[in-house]
Parts: sequence; C-alpha cells; structure tokens
Amino acid sequence: MTHVSMTVNGRAVSADVEPRMLLVQFLREKLLLTGTHVGCDTSQCGACVVQVDGAAVKSCTLLAVQADGCAVLTIEGLAPSGALHPMQEAFREHHGLQCGFCTPGMIMTAMDMVARLGPDLDEATIRENLDGNLCRCTGYHNIVKAVAAGARAMAPASAAAE
Amino acid sequence: MNASTVTPIGAPVRRKEDKRFITGKGRYTDDLSRPGQAHAYFLRSPYAHARIRTIDTAAAAEMPGVVGVLTGRDLAQDGLGGLICGWMINSKDGSPMRAGAHPALAVDTVRYVGDHVAVVIAETLNLAKDAAAALAVEYEVLPAVPDLAVAQAQGAAQIHEAAPNNTVFEWELGDRAAVEAAFAQAAHVTEIDIVNNRLAPNPMEPRAAIGEYDAGDEAYTLWTTSQNPHVARLVLSAFVGLAPENKLRVIAPDVGGGFGSKIFIYAEETVCAWAAKKVGRPVKWTCERGEAFLCDAHGRDHVTKGRLALDAQGKILGFQVKTIANMGAYLSTFASCVPTYLYATLLSGQYAIPAIYCEVDAVYTNTAPVDAYRGAGRPEATFLVERIVDKAARELGIDPAEMRRRNFITAFPHQTPVIMCYDAGDYAASLDKALEMADYAGFPARRAEAERRGKLRGIGLSNYIEACGIAPSAAVGSLGAGVGLWESAEVRVNPTGNVEVLTGSHSHGQGHETTFAQLVSARLGIPIDQVTVIHGDTDKVQFGMGTYGSRSGAVGMSAIVKALDKVEAKAKKIAAHILEASEGDIEFKDGRFSVAGTDRGLAFAEVALNAYVAHKFPTSEIEPGLKEGAFYDPTNFTFPAGCHVCELEVDPETGTTEIVNWIAVDDFGTVINPMIVEGQVHGGIAQGVGQALMERVAYDGEGQLVTGSYMDYQMPRAEDFPAFKVGMTETRCPSNPLGMKGCGEAGAIAAPPAVINALADALGTQDISMPATPAKVWAIAQARVTRQAAE
Repeated sequence: MTHVSMTVNGRAVSADVEPRMLLVQFLREKLLLTGTHVGCDTSQCGACVVQVDGAAVKSCTLLAVQADGCAVLTIEGLAPSGALHPMQEAFREHHGLQCGFCTPGMIMTAMDMVARLGPDLDEATIRENLDGNLCRCTGYHNIVKAVAAGARAMAPASAAAE
Repeated sequence: MNASTVTPIGAPVRRKEDKRFITGKGRYTDDLSRPGQAHAYFLRSPYAHARIRTIDTAAAAEMPGVVGVLTGRDLAQDGLGGLICGWMINSKDGSPMRAGAHPALAVDTVRYVGDHVAVVIAETLNLAKDAAAALAVEYEVLPAVPDLAVAQAQGAAQIHEAAPNNTVFEWELGDRAAVEAAFAQAAHVTEIDIVNNRLAPNPMEPRAAIGEYDAGDEAYTLWTTSQNPHVARLVLSAFVGLAPENKLRVIAPDVGGGFGSKIFIYAEETVCAWAAKKVGRPVKWTCERGEAFLCDAHGRDHVTKGRLALDAQGKILGFQVKTIANMGAYLSTFASCVPTYLYATLLSGQYAIPAIYCEVDAVYTNTAPVDAYRGAGRPEATFLVERIVDKAARELGIDPAEMRRRNFITAFPHQTPVIMCYDAGDYAASLDKALEMADYAGFPARRAEAERRGKLRGIGLSNYIEACGIAPSAAVGSLGAGVGLWESAEVRVNPTGNVEVLTGSHSHGQGHETTFAQLVSARLGIPIDQVTVIHGDTDKVQFGMGTYGSRSGAVGMSAIVKALDKVEAKAKKIAAHILEASEGDIEFKDGRFSVAGTDRGLAFAEVALNAYVAHKFPTSEIEPGLKEGAFYDPTNFTFPAGCHVCELEVDPETGTTEIVNWIAVDDFGTVINPMIVEGQVHGGIAQGVGQALMERVAYDGEGQLVTGSYMDYQMPRAEDFPAFKVGMTETRCPSNPLGMKGCGEAGAIAAPPAVINALADALGTQDISMPATPAKVWAIAQARVTRQAAE
C-alpha cells in the first residue's frame, strides 16, 4: 500500500492505495465519485476524462500515485453551488447526450478545449478536438452544437460585450 | 419550454433526465456498491474450440482474498438450466431448429474465444484476477470453424452434436414457384453478392451485474445492465431455474446504451445472481471493453446472394434471396428471429414486388453469439434491397431515383408477398423532399467541381422501410416467439395531483422520462415536472417487455394512453358527483373538468384529491383512489420509412472517404418530441456509417478475435461526419392511438446502403464491400485510374 494525498474538487483527500490502482479507480471506488466513467481499457473512449492540475487527463491512464499532490477536478466539481456550469447547461439545451455515459468525459474535454483554444470554436475545430472521446448514441451532431454553445457561454462578460 | 409548463405533443421539450447525467449523478450498475460485496472475474477460453479435460481450482482457491471459485459443474450440480433462445424457427421440412445446449459456465467444451470457463470471486477485482491466473485448466484443442462460409462444408468440425453440419435451421419464406415464373419472363436480371459485416454493438457503458441473496427472505436481487429486466427475470426464473419470480427482483438502473446488446440474458449476470447465494456475499461483475468485444452478442454477419427480375422498363417482377446467417457458437436469446422474421419479411422494401422467395440457413461457428443489433435483420434486408435496386438502375441506365419511383408502393394497405401488410406511407413524398434538400439536380455540377480538385464525388440513395412494434402477440406467437410483445403501463395519480407513470419500457438513452412525461402532461394538462416516469425495476413495475425494436413509442406509449383513458373516465365520474352533474356532461380540457355549457368546473388536482379523500362520491359505486393500469397489444406492426441521401468525396490518392452531406427524411408518424427523435436519427446514421466505412469484427482462421479493442475496431468519431440535415414527412400510423411508428433504428437501417451506393457512384463500380476502408477504396480508385489511362 502506498499513501496518496491530493485535492479533489477542492477537498483535500488521502488514502492508502495499491500501487497498481488507477486514478479513475481511486475516484470511483475510494471517493465514490462515480460520475467519472470507464468505457474501455485502452485509453481511447474518453469517458474517464478529468482535469489534473488544469489539464484534461484520461484518468484510466494515470495511476493514483502519479496524481499525488495534484489538484483534480471531476464532473461533480464543475458546479459546486448546485447551479449548472454553462457547459453542462449547453449539453442539456442542445440535447448533447442520450444515455449519458460518455457525457462527463465529453464535458470535461470541452472545458479543456475552451481553456486551450478559447471560447470561439468552429465546427471543424470541435470535431477534431473530440477525437479522444467516443459516443455511440448521438452521432456527435448535438455534442458539437453543445460544445460550441457552451464555449460561447463561457466567454468572459467583457469579451462578450465587445 | 420549461419544466413548469404543460408540454404539448410535438414540442422539443428539454430532457428531464439530463440533470443527473451532466452533473455526474447518474446511477449506472457499476456505480452501485452493496455492503460486503465481492468481485467476480471470469476465466475465459483462450481457444475457439476445445474440450476441457480438467480444471484444477485448488491453487486459485488458496490465493489471498478469494471467496469462491466456481465452474460449470457447480452450476449443473445446483440444477440450474442453460441459457435459452426464445424464438422457435422451423426448417423448410417442418423440423424444429437444432439448438445446442448453452450452459452459463462451460461444462466440458468451450466453443469460442471468450467462452466462460470458471468464475473467481474475491475481495477485490485485482485479487480475483490474480487468483484466476492460478487456475489450472487443461484443454484438448479441437479444430475450429470460425468462418460461416465453410461452416456447412463436408468435413468441417462439428460444434454441437445437436446440429449436424453446424446447421441450426434451413428456413424459407415466400413463393418459390412464383419467383421462378417471374424470372422466366424477365427482360433483365440483376445479381448481387453481399457480405453484411459482423459488428460489435459497443454501447459506451460496458455490461455489469450485481447479484445479492437475502438468506432471511430467501430472495435474490439482481442489478443488471438490461433493456428488459422483466424478461431477464422471467428467463432466469422459468428457464434457468434460479428462483421463482416472486423471489427474484431484477433492477436495471441507468443503462448507458444498449443497441440490442443488452436485451439478452447472458452468462455473467446469471452467474453473479447464483453465486451470491453460493458465497453468501453480494457479487459484482463489470465487463471490461476487451471482454465486451469477446462476448457481448455481435450483430449482422450474413453472406447473401440476391437476384432481381425486372422488365425492360425497370419494373421489378421478382426477387430471390439466399442468405447464410452466422449464429456464432450458441443461440443467443433472440438470435433465431433476426435473420428470419425480422429480415426476410422486409425484403419488399418500399416496392411493389409481386413475388419474393428467400432461403436462410443459420449456422453455428466458433465465434461469439450473434443476435439483435440496432435494426436487427432490417438493416440487412434494406442493405440488400437498396443495393440491388441501385445496381439494377445503373445496369438499365435508369436514374436511381427514377428507378425507385417506378417501383414504389403507392396504395395502402399493401400486402407484400412476405407476410407484412404495410398500413400507411408516402414514399414518393420522402424521396421528393430528400432530393430537394440534397439538391440532387445540382449534383453533376458539384461532381465536376470536385473532379477539378482531384476528388471523386458520389451520391447515393437509400429508401428504407422497417417494421417496429413487433405484434400482435398472437401473430408473433404463431411465428415462433416465446413471448407476447405487448406493453404495460400504470398511471398513479397522487392525492395532490402529481403523477407517477410506471412503464414496462426501459430507457437507456431514448429519453422516456421526458417523452412519456410529455404525453401525460399534454393529456392531463399538468406541468411536466409533476410527472415522474418509473421503469426498470420488477418490484415497482409489475411486468413489461422492455425496449428494443423501436417499440417504446408505438407500444409503450400506447399502453400509457390506454391507462390515461381509464384515469380520465374515472376522474369524470368523480367530478360528476362533486359538480352534481351527469357524467355525460363532464368535459375534460386543459387540465380542467367542467360541466358542458357552464363555468362550473374543477382542476385536475382537485379531482385527484377528492378521489382519495372519498367524501363526495358513493364508494359503493366508485372505488376511492385514482390509479389505472393497462396492457396494450398492437394490432399490427408499424412501418417507419424514409429516404436518406449520402454525398461523399473520395481522395483517390489516399483512399479516404469524406462524407460531405447527409440528408435524412423520415416518416415516423406522429412525433412527440422532435429534438429527441432527431437525436435518434443522428445516432443511427453514425452507426450505419460505421458499418459502411469502418467497423468489422474479424476472427482469424483459428477463431482468435483480431478486433478486440478500440485500437483494432474502428469506432466512428466526431470528425467522421458532417452536420446531418434531418427532415420529416408524416403519415399517421393507423393502428395505434397516437399514430406513432418508431424512430430508434431508422438511421442504422438507412445509412449503410446510402454510403455504399454513393461510393459505387463515385468509383464507377458495384464491387464494394463493407466496411469500405481506405485500403479497399484506394485499390478500387487506383484500378480505375489505371483503367482510364489505358482507355
């Protein structure tokens, strides 16, 4: 067993874990944050995307011990006040989900897209940057619309007013 | 349209269920944990065909944290039966299908890579895996038959003793003599050979199960990723013999997609439930994606030869089909109906074809079982019909759109030669609208422009038809179904006027919590947030048939309508007493019961409260309370149909295919929520394009699965598609109260032939198989360049 400590959704957590425990297992099994999903075993589907120190990471690709000392943000931490984050709201408004299983990963990837590329995302850019996230329900059509709308809604008020 | 308003039918109401999914609060099976649960790991066969000589469990049982190691012999000793196939098919000679035994854990033989050899249950999944590595299994490897094309050949290894020549059935439908007569007078015959590629369904949520046994109540609970928990309970109770239905609760909580693959009753959930009693602990299993590729039921996998007889004007005279359908190593729950009654009955397509004859041989192979996958038989039928009609058009020099128009069924009802009686449709209307949206007339100019850029541009049509809401029950029973295909609903009005709807349908992405609530909101005139939809728990919903085959609108919602009719009728009786009017004078509109021609009335909630208070009506005549149930059995299938148009460009230098435009015009009858319906169409198209261009489950010659992960099996991604353009036409379905037809599978049915027809158009050849990968397309494109250079 190895001791790990990290901040998850703003809360300091620590636990003794098997060295082979993945970050996603740590989140789901130790912290009961089951919003982060596991859809494959080869780091392709993106259902497990979370933010680690501000960058999107597939949490099935990282050992829990590798996240020692890091700040992790999961889907549960996006809108702690209970209100929806603009990106969550955009997925609801544009029917960007059906079964909902890939959705947390999609939203976390979309957040990262905005952080990296800004709020003004065109369709081709969104489609290219969703390469690491699989959805079997939506044909991606409404996910693309949701990401574009969510990104716009995340624009700083000053930028939106310009 | 928000939650506090009444939501009319036809409004794009935002989904009620979304809040929990977008905030990470969904409750999928793997998200659940039971106190004291242990974890199961299945040891799977590494061979496609082998005899199990011995299984030595001693070392594994001694490994740290191991709670139990169980094999097929333990299962047999406890008297549990095998898994079943619930649809009997008879061969041409009248003999019943020859099904081999299907034990949940292998007893002495394994028949595909991934077949279940033993289960190890331990304190953690990792410890279970560690212990599984210590299991000693001695196999005698047998010759394997992974390829359906040679499964019936002389000398092929025999997979089940019960099925000589690996043949499950040799079935036929239609009139052979009439078809032969049609060919005798044909001016032209078009022939086509088709391989309908094997697909892995790949819902993003892998399957999972938790079995629990309460020794005090002597009762089981099974949480499982199921599209139809009641059917699972029935099968586990009546056939597997796990427990009587009243001692077995099956719960399908949030389910992350199914596409058919979660209809079936699999080995793993059966074993988890049984093992929970055996080891005295809740037993949890979650499928890894690699295991899902190995053992989730696959879809399609046909080899077909089609022949079309035509007159000189392109009018179809007869259609002859011979298909070999791969069943895999065992008959899965509904495997036998997919290549028969869900396939050959749709071979008339949208066309008036006087004579059709189809033969289907179903064969065992040493591969994973094959069963229903989105569309289930109907995509295979549509692919064949739409490919051969397109090919015929090109051979006869008739425009493909015109060819279709000449053969459309135009009068309804229309009895086809293959059982189905189409009740309503307007196929020309969908075609016209699709051609207009696609600017079909402008295509030659776009092709010329693409050619200047070095690209080969093609356009392809697909005029699909499907049959949904499989019913009536007596009719499907006469065709071999082991179950009825009705649906149930219960509408519970609470004293304060809000409503719970219990449905036998199950939502795993389809948005029932919204659409069903929308229907109730519109009918009762109450805000949609006062309606809660409950499904997926056999302790709450008495019985139901679940969700598949696009049945939940046409059948499930019809049952709700029937229950609402009863609620309204009773509420009117109660209102009449309170308002001191005759029952016949009570009108119900916009959520208000009123006395006709007066301003006297009561809100729905007031009547609801009075129903429970029961002070103001004679309870000797009217029972207190307001709760009604209904079972609805349809009188016919429903027949959604439409036209999809695919326009694409091929880069002859790389073989890549880019879809540049997609038009879908569908006739689903009445649409309750167009936002959700369009979403279903989008997803279906993506799966259909996946089949056409990317996806294929492949086994090597020894039956090893080659495509066992997302690194080998190409899933469609966002970049593979343009934005889809979706349009609708509408002819009401006459056989159900809402006029609905079903929309869940249309895209997956329509898309593959649209893509391949477009590729055929672009490449100038009909010889294109699915998936049309860049390697294949590049070879065809290069051959074309070489040919043109030589000319």
